[in-house]
Amino acid sequence: MSRYVLRFGALGYLALLLLVPVGFVFYRAFEHGVGPAWDAVTSHQAMHALELTLLMAAIAVPANTIFGVVLALALVRTRFPGRGLVNAIVDLPLALSPVVVGLALFLLYGKGGWLGGLADHGIKILFAVPGMVLATMFVSLPFVVREVVPVLREIGTEQEQAAETLGASPFQTFWKITLPAIRWAVAYGVVLTTARAIGEFGAVSVVSGRIEGRTETLPLYVQAQFEQFNVQGAYAASVVLALIAVATVVGLRLVHPREEA
Amino acid sequence: MGIAAIDVTKRFGSFTALDDVSVAIPEGSLTALLGPSGSGKSTLLRVIAGLEQPESGQVLIGNEDVTNRPARARGVGMVFQHYAAFKHMTVWDNVAFGLTIRKRPKAEISERVHELLELVQLEGLAKRYPSQLSGGQRQRMALARALAVEPSVLLLDEPFGALDARVRKELRAWLRRLHDEVHVTTIIVTHDQEEAMEVAGQIVVLNAGRIEQIGSPRELYEQPANEFVMSFVGPVNRVGDTFVRPHDLEVRLEPEDGSAEAMVERVVHLGFEVRVELVRGDGQHLLVQLTQEEAEQLELVRGQIVYVRPRHSTVFSPR
Repeated sequence: MSRYVLRFGALGYLALLLLVPVGFVFYRAFEHGVGPAWDAVTSHQAMHALELTLLMAAIAVPANTIFGVVLALALVRTRFPGRGLVNAIVDLPLALSPVVVGLALFLLYGKGGWLGGLADHGIKILFAVPGMVLATMFVSLPFVVREVVPVLREIGTEQEQAAETLGASPFQTFWKITLPAIRWAVAYGVVLTTARAIGEFGAVSVVSGRIEGRTETLPLYVQAQFEQFNVQGAYAASVVLALIAVATVVGLRLVHPREEA
Repeated sequence: MGIAAIDVTKRFGSFTALDDVSVAIPEGSLTALLGPSGSGKSTLLRVIAGLEQPESGQVLIGNEDVTNRPARARGVGMVFQHYAAFKHMTVWDNVAFGLTIRKRPKAEISERVHELLELVQLEGLAKRYPSQLSGGQRQRMALARALAVEPSVLLLDEPFGALDARVRKELRAWLRRLHDEVHVTTIIVTHDQEEAMEVAGQIVVLNAGRIEQIGSPRELYEQPANEFVMSFVGPVNRVGDTFVRPHDLEVRLEPEDGSAEAMVERVVHLGFEVRVELVRGDGQHLLVQLTQEEAEQLELVRGQIVYVRPRHSTVFSPR
């Protein structure tokens, strides 16, 4: 009996919080059929926003994956002064409101900021793609590190030492022993990083200036259309975002069908 | 190849794991590093392997000074207590690892891996993953992996420590036979004196980062250098400054010259051996080992008064 209470309780919670609202978005998007929805997402402005969003992810995800693995290795396998501090700082993007992140970048690169002079030399950071990439990288930074650190701790150093005594160089040891051992943690970190990078709104909203057709990512586009009472466009673009999210999660499940992830 | 550690000191923070240790391991021997936990035996092995860098001292393998050489260039084969199996690789790939890294020709790798799997009796399990093997099988795989690169020395760090008693006994005998076949200079680290005595030709007894004694199992047992070795290599009774092995105590039902009165506290039958725990009038406990035959003749029961005297005892001059 209590088993059913648990099961329906959990499912009901999920349904109420996640499935029903997202379902409504889908329903509204296709309320008048597939045609209008398709037209809305294939408009020039929407396509540009989609491309920009994918560009953000294409830069932020690989950068944060490589950085995340390197940082996780440094945190777990080495001792350096300030390790505890670095460990805490990595979590900062999780705790900090994205709007604050955007504001911080704004102050740093804006007029009078430490790096504000870059704009005078023709390097445009704010209201342009570089600033948006920086903001996206900032907010999606912790995921790979946080997934990889516990797994690195768990596997220990014995396998790596065994490889070393068998003649493997540090690079060979990493490539053939360490990386395969952490690959699912990395994959899961990549999924979370991708989801965060694609969905980012707050920080990007501040630094992009939200210039239509130029610095507008898909989430910004959704917000803009909603404000302009183009609800069809907003819902259709939301569906695209939701589908990307679903595809990312399903993609991981397909290559790694075990429950443990 | 022979191995030598010369004046090796290794510290971890303020803890001195090895304190000016020197030892020579003859070529082709099977040597045990024996000691309690924290004695430095594993650290010495890891210094020889190149996995730890000593603060001072030298390590020689053959006649070469390898002190500043990384582990991968020392030509050692190492086996770890918890197997260190490469979990994402099959048994075959585990064993082939060292050869693959060295980019040996495929045919040569295949031949060598076959040979080794046969040697460690895992021929049928080549396609399995380590998680599908028992502990004993995993450790045999780890041995084959270490032997694949034809190491000049084989280093075993408590290799049977994580296995149950029966498998441990089997693997000991198997290791002994394997060593007779391959003749590679081998060092085995263990905290189990029985294991050391059963397997090794030479035993190095370590305690608190220092070497207490080096000798054959028999030498250690019969001529222990000091109290520590005496009490570590076998059970011992200590009466004042005198040490007596439990099998060197005579038990009689009547008093004799030099015998002391004691009461039987417990009688434990272990098949051929019978252990008797006695307590003397002054509260001193004594452990006696008798053969089944002796015990039967005495018909010992709990609470009975007997008379004990040592056949042979040892007194160490103070250090």
